[in-house]
Amino acid sequence: MLSIYKVSYKNLLRKKTRSILTIIGVGLSAWVLASLMGFNQGYEASLNRDIDNMGFQVLVTAKGCPYEAATLMLKGGTGLRYMKESITNLVLVNPEVDKVTPMLMHAVFDPNKGESGGMSAYLGVDPETFPKMKSFLEFKQGKWFTDSKALEVVMGYEAAELEQREAGDILLIPDKNIELKVVGILKRTGTQDDGTIFVPIHALQKLFGKTGELTGLGIKVKKDANIAKFEEKLYELPDVQVVSLAQVKQTIMNLVSTAKVMVFSIAMIAILIAMVGVINTILMSVFERFQEIGILKSIGAMPWDIFKLIWIETFILCILGGIAGTGMTFGLSKTTEFLIRKLLPYTPTGSLIKLDFNLIAMTMLTVLIIGLVSGIYPAWKAARVRPLESIRSELN
Amino acid sequence: MENQIAIKAQHLKKIYRRGIEEIYAVNDISLDIQKGEYVSFIGPSGSGKTTLINILGCLDNPSSGKLSIGDKEIFSEGKTLSEKDLTKIRRELFGYIFQKFYLIPTLTVLENVLLPSTFYKKDGTENHASELLNMLGIDKRKNHLPGQLSGGEMQRVAIARALVNYPQILLADEPTGNLDSSRSHEISEILKDLNQHKELTIILVTHNMELARTADRVVELRDGVVKL
Repeated sequence: MLSIYKVSYKNLLRKKTRSILTIIGVGLSAWVLASLMGFNQGYEASLNRDIDNMGFQVLVTAKGCPYEAATLMLKGGTGLRYMKESITNLVLVNPEVDKVTPMLMHAVFDPNKGESGGMSAYLGVDPETFPKMKSFLEFKQGKWFTDSKALEVVMGYEAAELEQREAGDILLIPDKNIELKVVGILKRTGTQDDGTIFVPIHALQKLFGKTGELTGLGIKVKKDANIAKFEEKLYELPDVQVVSLAQVKQTIMNLVSTAKVMVFSIAMIAILIAMVGVINTILMSVFERFQEIGILKSIGAMPWDIFKLIWIETFILCILGGIAGTGMTFGLSKTTEFLIRKLLPYTPTGSLIKLDFNLIAMTMLTVLIIGLVSGIYPAWKAARVRPLESIRSELN
Repeated sequence: MENQIAIKAQHLKKIYRRGIEEIYAVNDISLDIQKGEYVSFIGPSGSGKTTLINILGCLDNPSSGKLSIGDKEIFSEGKTLSEKDLTKIRRELFGYIFQKFYLIPTLTVLENVLLPSTFYKKDGTENHASELLNMLGIDKRKNHLPGQLSGGEMQRVAIARALVNYPQILLADEPTGNLDSSRSHEISEILKDLNQHKELTIILVTHNMELARTADRVVELRDGVVKL
């Protein structure tokens, strides 16, 4: 039996190149759309994961730029500000505090890192408190250092891979000419810890001339404590700023929102271009088949039949474009992620693009709606063709 | 057996206006076509034969006059039908063949024949399509695409397509206009055969006198009127 769907599909085969180009156009816009929606889901999930893996809910840093503080909290940074170590005792007196861990971040340029050198991040941590707060960290080799003055290091998974170090090896700090013993290698965490070199805090303070100074104080708050009230109390401390997880998340999301708006605008433009492409393809096809459509009406097709025939053609183009687009989303997700990482000022360590069934369903639905809307005008135009006009145009 | 009237036209007029000038494409034509009759219309270009066949075939409304098909009154004074109503009549009663074959190039021969049934289906059209292809001698080509057929074969496919929904009347507008004399003769034989053995009413418009003479009656038109 010959169905109207088959007729529509076979009509599209007449101008294969044009149909394929239209499908590619729809596919590209579906790809941009699905990637954008996947990014919306993935970025926030990865950011939450990064924050959860920090082990503390509040960070106290020296007063300065909140973006710098947020970056420090998540990634480490340069151009750091310092506060006095004595701040620890002032914080500890608050009843809301469960645990605190002092930290000193230091970045060193290593000329041997990569092809043209790179920064190595050293994080001075307290062997008493830091491992307890980060109890989820697991060791591939060795264990945490125990003496806060020992010239020892624990290396994150990627840092160890990059430096090609194993437990028991020696690590040389560039420029300082000081050897540190690697006592542990962490398993991969998928967070910024993978690229960090952990050093006992007092040893790091001494090595870089920052005795008695910190870049951050991580605070784990008691379960039932009122964090907002506690933050207000912390602001009474001199020359510090308080960064809570909620704030960090908000700050990062603010940074990302600009990029999101840009990408969303690009997606909208891509969708509009795809719509125009579909309308153009179908409209051209209608004009080319003007006489034929008239003949179809003379052999019994009602206006609604012709409308359906043309609309189904649009529908098929968009379905195939949607399938191609979602295929590209999966196939090119790594490339898309690479491009996004290049574009954004900060990206979490996990997967930035989260793809799932709902996202694919949403993309397909959007593409179909676009297709059906795009098809209305050409289909209406075709439905209005009068058989007599087509016969007259034959005579002409 | 007493003849029944298939089409009855009374005082049909079709007037086109070009500025203030009125052009009578069909001017007061009355005629009866009997059921099972084979009528051909001939005449020079601009004589009104195509306009007349369009009105008789319900492709166009007349400006005035009456038209009945069988017992059904299609047009009468002051009454014109919508495109939708005309389509209903066309698909119920008529089959059409045109000078160009208008086969869909990406559908096979069989699919092209079945095309009308996509929009309006009468019982048994699928078997009927195969029977028609067999009768017209192109059953072996049923899975071929139109591009693989000769002009004569394509017109046979178009004839099968016109007949698939069991029309009562077949309208053929210059069916041999795109064919050489040998293929024209084949089509002429087919039309004659359909008329004689299937008792199909056929209305033919042609410039080809040889084809016109195969009809039961030849009506000559000139300047929108029947030349007696």
